[in-house]
Amino acid sequence: MEVPYKLEVIALTTIIIKLGASVFPYSGKNQPPKFGDYEAQRHWMEITVNLPIQDWYRNTTDNDLLYWGLDYPPLTAYQSYLTGSVAKKINQDYVKLHVSQGFENFDHQYFMRMSVLVSDCIFFVSALYFYIRSLKMSNKYKWVFFALSSHSGLTLIDYGHFQYNCVSLGLTLWAIIFVSQGKNVLAAIAFSAALNFKQMELYHAILLFAGFYLLASCQPKGSSLPSQLKNLVQIGAATVVTFAIIWYPFLQIHDWLLQQVIVRLFIPFQRGIFEDYVANFWCTLNVVIKIKRLLNPTSIASGTIT
Amino acid sequence: MLWRIFASVTFGKLLFIPSYRSTDFEVHRNWLAITHSLPLNKWYIDDTSQWTLDYPPLFAWFEYILSWGALLFDPEMLKVNNLNYASQNTILFQRISVILTDIVYALGVQKCLYSFGNNQGGKVQKDAEKWFSSSTILAFLLLCNVGLFMVDHIHFQYNGFLTGILLLSVGSILQKENLKAAFWFSILLNLKHIYLYIAPVYAVYLLRSYCFDIQKSKMTFHFKRLIKLGVIVVTTFGFTYGPFVSQLQQVLSRLFPFENRGLCHAYWAPNFWALYNIVDKILAFLGHKLGWIDPLSKVTASMTGGLVQEFEHAILPSIGPKTTLVFTILAILPAVVILLKQPNQPRVFIRAIVLCAFASFLFGWHVHEKAILIVITPLTLLAVSSQEDCRLFMLLSITGHVSLFPLLFTPFENVLKIVVVLTYSLASYSFLSALHYDPKSKGTLLKFRSWERFFLYGLGFVALFESCIHSMVDPSGRLPFLPLMIMSVYCAVGIIYVWFSFVIGSLKTEKKISKQK
Repeated sequence: MEVPYKLEVIALTTIIIKLGASVFPYSGKNQPPKFGDYEAQRHWMEITVNLPIQDWYRNTTDNDLLYWGLDYPPLTAYQSYLTGSVAKKINQDYVKLHVSQGFENFDHQYFMRMSVLVSDCIFFVSALYFYIRSLKMSNKYKWVFFALSSHSGLTLIDYGHFQYNCVSLGLTLWAIIFVSQGKNVLAAIAFSAALNFKQMELYHAILLFAGFYLLASCQPKGSSLPSQLKNLVQIGAATVVTFAIIWYPFLQIHDWLLQQVIVRLFIPFQRGIFEDYVANFWCTLNVVIKIKRLLNPTSIASGTIT
Repeated sequence: MLWRIFASVTFGKLLFIPSYRSTDFEVHRNWLAITHSLPLNKWYIDDTSQWTLDYPPLFAWFEYILSWGALLFDPEMLKVNNLNYASQNTILFQRISVILTDIVYALGVQKCLYSFGNNQGGKVQKDAEKWFSSSTILAFLLLCNVGLFMVDHIHFQYNGFLTGILLLSVGSILQKENLKAAFWFSILLNLKHIYLYIAPVYAVYLLRSYCFDIQKSKMTFHFKRLIKLGVIVVTTFGFTYGPFVSQLQQVLSRLFPFENRGLCHAYWAPNFWALYNIVDKILAFLGHKLGWIDPLSKVTASMTGGLVQEFEHAILPSIGPKTTLVFTILAILPAVVILLKQPNQPRVFIRAIVLCAFASFLFGWHVHEKAILIVITPLTLLAVSSQEDCRLFMLLSITGHVSLFPLLFTPFENVLKIVVVLTYSLASYSFLSALHYDPKSKGTLLKFRSWERFFLYGLGFVALFESCIHSMVDPSGRLPFLPLMIMSVYCAVGIIYVWFSFVIGSLKTEKKISKQK
């Protein structure tokens, strides 16, 4: 029995589940003074809408970096600016400078959750839908694949705890789709955008850049060296141009601005080798050998990179 | 498969525990409090809260049993004076009680599945394990019914539990266990008297098919069977109403508050009277504009009136309860006809239930829009076995579920209701198409007639208008009842169309069969 519209039904069902997660509280709800990631995102909207661009990453009287300072790359800042502008139109109190700190309200929660849903549908759900449709596998189980990929971890973090991982993950997925379609330039743009949204995408960067660049430059098979070089140059140029466009405002204003932004992005190096309860090697090792106490942060950082 | 679907849906329902609750939540909390804290003779007298007990005594017993569970969560909710008490534990308890009592619904579905999934008895079990067999599709359509989800798990009621008992009764008829069917239906009537809407069907069927027996073209009347039925009904009613025999009049006045209720609910149920009302309003409006009516006369046509409970029509004659009864009886006649002419056929019984529920919904007095669910549920049973009924089911379920939109009006639920109804409708369409119309070989999907398709497009617009567009276009709220009125009238047209088609379809098959004889 061939059932039509299976993928569409599953896509809609995952949205229902995401809406279900939306009615629950977010991280830091009713927990002054610091609240949680939800407040961080709201605060970034407040900062980007009210302050000039050179102050976004800088510690000023209006922007206290210790209270949820921006520590994601500029594309997140631009997205916060866009969302913040919409928020301002709906209700000024959501993003009033200083006054709106810790603003909590049912309508505001609705607005924030919807912003995640909209971003999710535009970037992640669409990417997943097109990717699975293009797969050369039996139609019978595509919907299972879709359901598994819209996994609960992502839903919990984005719709519950509150973040916008769907944007960077979605852009990465689009990059993969473009690679599979041979559209290398678009893929380079998409992944650069993903990386500039959340530096966590560096985890995927090594494979994508190294593998992709090397492989892509060898496509199509048996092509001559000049055309391979042309390929590589195109991809490289696309990447550089994307970075340039996104970082443009931070490149020109002051010399120290670029350095400041980079320091904010890699602030985890100051925080230590691991944070809280991450389920990785260093955290587990720390139970037996107290690494955090033995070494100071910067030497650990250089150690882990090597 | 059934239980796997049920488990998945249950997890989904858990996600919506913190969502919007209507006043019905407080209604049930109040009933928990009354039944637990007050003695029996005060249950139907207490009016500390405006939400007095207006369901039959068996439901009161049900709340009483639940109230012992409530003690474990938050004893404060059981204090009668704690009006509008809604602590976290109260919400958790009440929501979970609805989710758990849905097990009765699953049991009812299981009973029906046995007869409907597959006619070859032995093959049923195997078939039921397959992903896309007719029994799993029926299980999905019933268990994931979005109307029940919206009304029970968000708005807050116990319809899943009640529909489960209805399905146990219907399932018994399907398996020719007529006494069991009578028992379950009596229980149901004693839980919620709205099911009086379909009581005539049971009465006619059981008398005609069970008490009268045709063997070798000789009709015999089994008096013993009538006695058995009578005993079951009388005993159930006796146990339920027995303790309240001294306050019977008070109980009945709570159950049937005719004095306080008008022809239509505040939000007009999408039935015949909604159309009657709108025609009346239009005529009155035109009358004033065109000067037919003396401006000094008392005839008014308030276009914004929506809260009026008592309805005095302006131009057309006013309708009273007796008129609605006459119309309802006339509309039930097709059901009676097919039951009398085709006895002992469970599928005809289901058709009759649909016809009777339709009639009561379309022509009844003070009908609630939620009553459309009583029509949709039995029609679902028919949808998996007949292409014609399948098309009508799709039309009715989409229209009926959209007509429930005004129940959920808060921001989250506004988005949610569109998504869930869309998902359920698309899923039903997908599965039923695959079942009846093999897309691979014939390359066709379930097709609607062109006017039906236009109706559905319009319905989409009406749905969007009600949920988002109206609040954008009219933020000050000068015409608050406009979207409700449009919704009600538009859906009424669709529902009456489906009813008409269904009546004609039922009488046609009846004619066909009697011709064959």
